[in-house]
Amino acid sequence: MTAITTSGVSLARRGPILSPGIARLIVIFLLLAVWQVSAALWGDPLFLCTPVQALQALPHILSDPKIDNAIMVTIYELVTAFAVSVAAGLAIGLAVGLSGFTKQSILPVILMLYATPQAIILPLFVLIFGIGPAAKIAFGISHGVFPVIVTTVAGVQNLRPQLMRAAHSMGASRWQMFTTVIFPHMIPSFFTGMRLGMTAVLIGVLLAELYVSTAGIGFYSRLFAESFSPPDLFALITVLAVIAVTLNELCRTAERRFSRWNVD
Amino acid sequence: MTKSKLAQRLVQLGVVIFILFSWWYFTLPGGINRLLLPPPAPVFRDFWVLLTTSSIWPDLLVTVREWVSAVVIASVFGCSIGYLVSRSAYSVRVFDPLFAGIYSIPAILLFPLYLLFFGLGEGSKIALGTTIAFFPVVLNTIAGLANVDKAYIRAAHSMGANDLQLFWSVMVPAAFPVVLTGLRLGCIIAFLVILGGETISSLAGLGHRIVSLAENMESSQMFANIIFAVLMAFIINGTVSFVEARGRRSLQ
Repeated sequence: MTAITTSGVSLARRGPILSPGIARLIVIFLLLAVWQVSAALWGDPLFLCTPVQALQALPHILSDPKIDNAIMVTIYELVTAFAVSVAAGLAIGLAVGLSGFTKQSILPVILMLYATPQAIILPLFVLIFGIGPAAKIAFGISHGVFPVIVTTVAGVQNLRPQLMRAAHSMGASRWQMFTTVIFPHMIPSFFTGMRLGMTAVLIGVLLAELYVSTAGIGFYSRLFAESFSPPDLFALITVLAVIAVTLNELCRTAERRFSRWNVD
Repeated sequence: MTKSKLAQRLVQLGVVIFILFSWWYFTLPGGINRLLLPPPAPVFRDFWVLLTTSSIWPDLLVTVREWVSAVVIASVFGCSIGYLVSRSAYSVRVFDPLFAGIYSIPAILLFPLYLLFFGLGEGSKIALGTTIAFFPVVLNTIAGLANVDKAYIRAAHSMGANDLQLFWSVMVPAAFPVVLTGLRLGCIIAFLVILGGETISSLAGLGHRIVSLAENMESSQMFANIIFAVLMAFIINGTVSFVEARGRRSLQ
């Protein structure tokens, strides 16, 4: 009963013994230790491996040229899908967002498309684009383009008309208006859109990879799961998780860096 | 105002008509291969058959069961763990970044593992849906409970509320809107990811149905099923948002 009181009143009164960062590392370490012990004691080696075994499988996986190639294919798909999503999303977002009329009329259609579950049309992408990287890139774009459009529209939405009118009356060309007024204004939301787009592209590409593929990471993760070699599978998943977190963090750093001017 | 509203509706209608028209035009004989994109007429006929017969019920039931189980498990665990974490500011600072960090790893990566653990059936989809729905719920529960205005708590205390009263009549109502947002997000992404899991590998369910139709080149039936699943997603989105709005209002 007394514990409930601490939920609000005596917050932050107690001086923490450890800094939260170190405590977090200890928690992660404890979880890994629990996993290690329980997998070693009770785990069926066909289905579950210990973290140490997964770590030991890592160099063996990374030294296999076929798997290296698969990782490169997946990275290539991710980067291409992301680049196209951002370029297309920015163009569409500006076209839709800069006029009140198109925003009111087209944006609901885009939001509706955004809300559709794309996973359901994955077989269609494979029918159209085949089982190679093209289908993964297209599917990744279908996930990534919508967050970029929506945040771009939101970014130009609260652009103050006075700024546009002032630039216009001072004789700025359309291109100058874009580079000096519109673009700086929308940078924070643009980078938010890039981060959301990155998350979505990751989901899209990985989903397509896992659904059907002949060479990418999805192929090997299936292979390892079906041939009951969990250490390889865990190691591959770790590699993918590292790629995902790195790409996410890049976008997050860019977001923080470029939206700094707007803190006031 | 009403005139421009009307014009907007007309443009939206125009977009829809344009899409339907180009769908019809490009699938005329000699156009796009019918296996890739069937003409609208057979698709709508198959959709009507889908609605009027009961052939989709078993698959629909599987998907709904997976979704409901995943959402319930994720909500129970998310809310209770979120509550436990939010009880001290220190544990919030330890666990909040931890959950947010794990949340940024695409959960779909775990699907091959879950297939290994829980098999091809409903278990692996429930596990995947639970994993992905858990994080928005727990993060929003922590955010909601940890950011309750201290003035409310002090006021309740000075008016002599006991701990249980404080919890039910101050903490819960104050945190409720934020928690609701987490539950809404969890519901929606669980549905999406369960469909994705069914598409990748499964024994039954809407995603499974669409994949097997695609593999049998039953294009018009596949499109009919896609339309059905998309409508279902809209209904789920709409219902969940409606419930969220109602829940929010009922507290004010």
